[in-house]
Amino acid sequence: MGQLDLHGITKSFGTVDVLKGIDLTVQKGELVVFVGPSGCGKSTLLRMIAGLDQPTGGRIEIDGRDVTAVSAADRGLAMVFQSYALYPHMTVRANMAFGLQNTRMPKAEVEARIADAARMLEIEPLLERRPGQLSGGQRQRVAIGRAIVRRPTAFLLDEPLSNLDAELRVTMRAELSALHARLGATMIHVTHDQVEAMTMADRIVVLRAGRIEQVDTPLNLYNAPANLFVAGFIGAPGMNLWAGKAVGGRVQLDGGPEISLPGAADGPMTIGLRPQHLRLAQNGPLRATVALTEALGSETVVHCAFDGGAPVLAVIPGQPPLKRGDAIAMDFDAASLHVFDGTGQRVTA
Amino acid sequence: MTLLRASTPISPNRWRNRAAEPVASVKALAGAVVTAPLGWLARAIDPALRLWQRATGTGGMVAFFLLPNMAIFGIFVLLPLVINVAYSMTTGAALFLGDRDFIGGAQYARLLDCTDYTRPSSCAEDQFWIAVRNTGLFVICQVSLMIVVATITALILNRDLRARSFWRAVFFFPVLLSPVVVGLIWRWILQRDGLLNAFLVAGGFDPVNWLIERNWAFFATIGVTTWAHLGFYTLILLAGLQAIPRDLYEAAEMDGTPPARVFWRITLPLLMPNMLVVIVLVLIRAVQVFDEAFVLTSGGPGTATLYITQYIYEVGFASLLKNLGLAAAASILMGGVLVVLTLIQLLLARRNEARGKLK
Amino acid sequence: MTRALAFLTRRRGGPGSIGGWHWTDVVTFFWLGGGLILMFGPALWLILSSFKSPAQLAEFPPSALPYEARTAVVEGYDRPLPLYVVQDEAGTRTLAEVRRVGTVAQMVDPANPGEIQKVNIANRTPDREVGFAVENYTEPFLHFDFLLYLQNSVFVTTVATLITLLTNSMAAFALSKYQFPGRAVVMLVVLATLMIPLSVILVPLYSIISGLGLFNSLWGVILPTVATPTGIFLLRQYMLTIPDELLEAARMDHASEWQIYWRIVLPLTAPALAVLAIFSVVWRWNDFLWPLVVLSRKEVYTLQVGLNTYAGELNVQWHFILAMTVVTMIPVVLVFIFLQRFITAGIAGSGLK
Repeated sequence: MGQLDLHGITKSFGTVDVLKGIDLTVQKGELVVFVGPSGCGKSTLLRMIAGLDQPTGGRIEIDGRDVTAVSAADRGLAMVFQSYALYPHMTVRANMAFGLQNTRMPKAEVEARIADAARMLEIEPLLERRPGQLSGGQRQRVAIGRAIVRRPTAFLLDEPLSNLDAELRVTMRAELSALHARLGATMIHVTHDQVEAMTMADRIVVLRAGRIEQVDTPLNLYNAPANLFVAGFIGAPGMNLWAGKAVGGRVQLDGGPEISLPGAADGPMTIGLRPQHLRLAQNGPLRATVALTEALGSETVVHCAFDGGAPVLAVIPGQPPLKRGDAIAMDFDAASLHVFDGTGQRVTA
Repeated sequence: MTLLRASTPISPNRWRNRAAEPVASVKALAGAVVTAPLGWLARAIDPALRLWQRATGTGGMVAFFLLPNMAIFGIFVLLPLVINVAYSMTTGAALFLGDRDFIGGAQYARLLDCTDYTRPSSCAEDQFWIAVRNTGLFVICQVSLMIVVATITALILNRDLRARSFWRAVFFFPVLLSPVVVGLIWRWILQRDGLLNAFLVAGGFDPVNWLIERNWAFFATIGVTTWAHLGFYTLILLAGLQAIPRDLYEAAEMDGTPPARVFWRITLPLLMPNMLVVIVLVLIRAVQVFDEAFVLTSGGPGTATLYITQYIYEVGFASLLKNLGLAAAASILMGGVLVVLTLIQLLLARRNEARGKLK
Repeated sequence: MTRALAFLTRRRGGPGSIGGWHWTDVVTFFWLGGGLILMFGPALWLILSSFKSPAQLAEFPPSALPYEARTAVVEGYDRPLPLYVVQDEAGTRTLAEVRRVGTVAQMVDPANPGEIQKVNIANRTPDREVGFAVENYTEPFLHFDFLLYLQNSVFVTTVATLITLLTNSMAAFALSKYQFPGRAVVMLVVLATLMIPLSVILVPLYSIISGLGLFNSLWGVILPTVATPTGIFLLRQYMLTIPDELLEAARMDHASEWQIYWRIVLPLTAPALAVLAIFSVVWRWNDFLWPLVVLSRKEVYTLQVGLNTYAGELNVQWHFILAMTVVTMIPVVLVFIFLQRFITAGIAGSGLK
């Protein structure tokens, strides 16, 4: 169960192109996260997979069967909505039973599935309550339970954690991952939170303005972002991205120092360096002035600026005795540099 | 999987709250008596509708949902409207349009045939012109009386009253009564040996034949319809008054503005949108006056309280010499006036809405 | 009464008032007091009058409360005899009247039935007590058609309200939850019907009803009234606040569109449906002009039409009319007592009636 193929999906609302050709394969049993800034089309894409919206062009296949024209009900998918969309006038039990009854499933089977799911999600004491009497976390579980009892080919989750507070979100994140491991089901999870994406996903799909920017495992995205957008989007705090110009193996950064980069093609380019990859070094090549420090205890985020004015962000382990106005020098490993060409694409060395 | 301990209740959505508040008793009753058989019926037709949905898609379902209501609108409102025009150009005793003789605008010509429009007796269809004159007078008196009384009542109900909802209910009570009940109650009170005359006699006055003297009967129809509908318009005006921000009054008080000036310069201008709606609604209703007046006086004495709707009813249905064509023509003339008034109302409503959005 | 008013009104007081009473307080006091009497008084008078016997109704000036003449069973007389209090030279005593001849009444003392006393009628007053002429209510039901009228009215009101709720909610559902070409046109049609009052289409509607064979049928009364634009607006406004995600969840749950309407949207619209139901019951119960036109046979009259017909007869039997008017008023008074705040809230919110 559960392979999903998208071929050239496009979607337009009037003259506005929301999706501009999406090709993607989700393997069976995979947890794929769609991530991107708001308005990138990730929710629209999910709704089209669900069958709630029709694509303007392209083809959707589930386990090799073309379902583009099949109604939402008959695709065998289950969805967890951002607002949970629990039926407010039904008990938790009725909420979970509703979809099963609609397929005329025998009563005993319905009861058994609800009991199963309730045990798994630990919501047995809540079965006779109504959604209005539940806390946010409880509603979230019921919404997941309603999806589980359906035994769907794939789960679609539309920002399911965005209505929870920060603490609960972390817990639910772990629970969702555990649930995925346990069910072994295909899941597509939409979020705008890159931390959520990094921690949960088998593979992440980064979307921007209706296009897929990159599809890869979380670590590959982090270690080898395919372009400037992904580089800036994945990782916190964000990667330092310095524009510059390469001439004969050296790169002059705008508002910053010149660094050596053997083998770089001449012309405009962008150098990327994660803040974590900078370290304090007495005679380091990067000289900067501290503007602000944020001490987090285990590490310290240092906002500073090159002598030429370009901003630098560094994350230094521990609690270095730095204060505003201090002049510091930093060093880095050449291997941790990310190089992007003039069009913003990664240059593989 | 671990049990969640942290639980943050998310405030339920707005619609959820409203869904929880309904008239508990009504809902329970309706739930028990009505939904059980209806629910069975709804389940029974579901398979057929699933097939229909499969065959025609969502569009077919939209059509299905709209059909009953639109069919009724079509057959009982829109079709009559079209037929009415045709009717007004025919004559004869036959009921169905196909059997009637076409005479063009003759019915209108007859209605409008007058040597002197100020004297109904000089018209070919004098009853119509009497009805028009009576209705015109009725509209003028009714609108002015209603506006004044409803405004005063609304202003008083808007004060810091204890038990305001009780007082609001007091004035609203007659609105729910049927016109027949209203007519009969007042006929009983206004009759020669009725309660009102008893008070007059007790106060040393002569009794008055309220429903038999022409002018008194006319004013009785005005007074009774005002009595019956006062609460409705008061409610609309009260809603307008309550929407006026309190701090405006406080600011005026700080400036030492005299109360009369506060009323003319603050209350009235801000109440104007609701006031206009009320005026137009009263107008529309007054033009169609029938039920209460008919039960109270049957149009009498003579023709003193004969209004247009009753004229249409009499000409088309009640009299021995039914003239459906003439009744249709008269109703179209009245409909024209009503359409104009309704358009004014919609225009006002839209303007209010736009103004509300600006705030 | 005064104390109740004093409790229910609060004086403005403050500076500028004389003796604690600002002139506006006085106006408020009298307006509300007068309103209370004027609004409830007539109905109260109707109810009191409806319990009076025909003889008492003919009295002028009328008495406030319904009375019944006291009677006594006197030996030697088949019927109970009415009692009078007689006051003359012989003193004050209570006698039963046997018969009356001119200005002289022949009366007997119930304790001493053998002796007939002649009393001038000027010297006697009926001996009566507060009593209710309940036969005003029972007679019309037992011997006239009012039971039938009542059944007809109940039938029309119930069926019309149920159909109204069903058809209006279906249309409102389509108009609030689906995007389809022509939606604006449909809304325009609904709006247009708002503009066309019954009195304008009376003649052609009558011919259509006759053409459908519904003349003198209760269905002829019901059908033209059920598709109320007001109801559609009211329900649509409410349904717009139900989130679309709920419907989508149901679609994912294999629900058909009909099930979505019936199992999801309709239950959630219950508060608005309740308001429309209340409105509809009052409207249909009170309908007059249209039933008057459609119904010409007594067997199919509704209460309103039947009542008007009886009240229009030459020899008006007021004691029955008044009692039946009270019966006609009862459902509406119940609605008023228990559900008034929903109606006023509905009107204040939407300006609809």
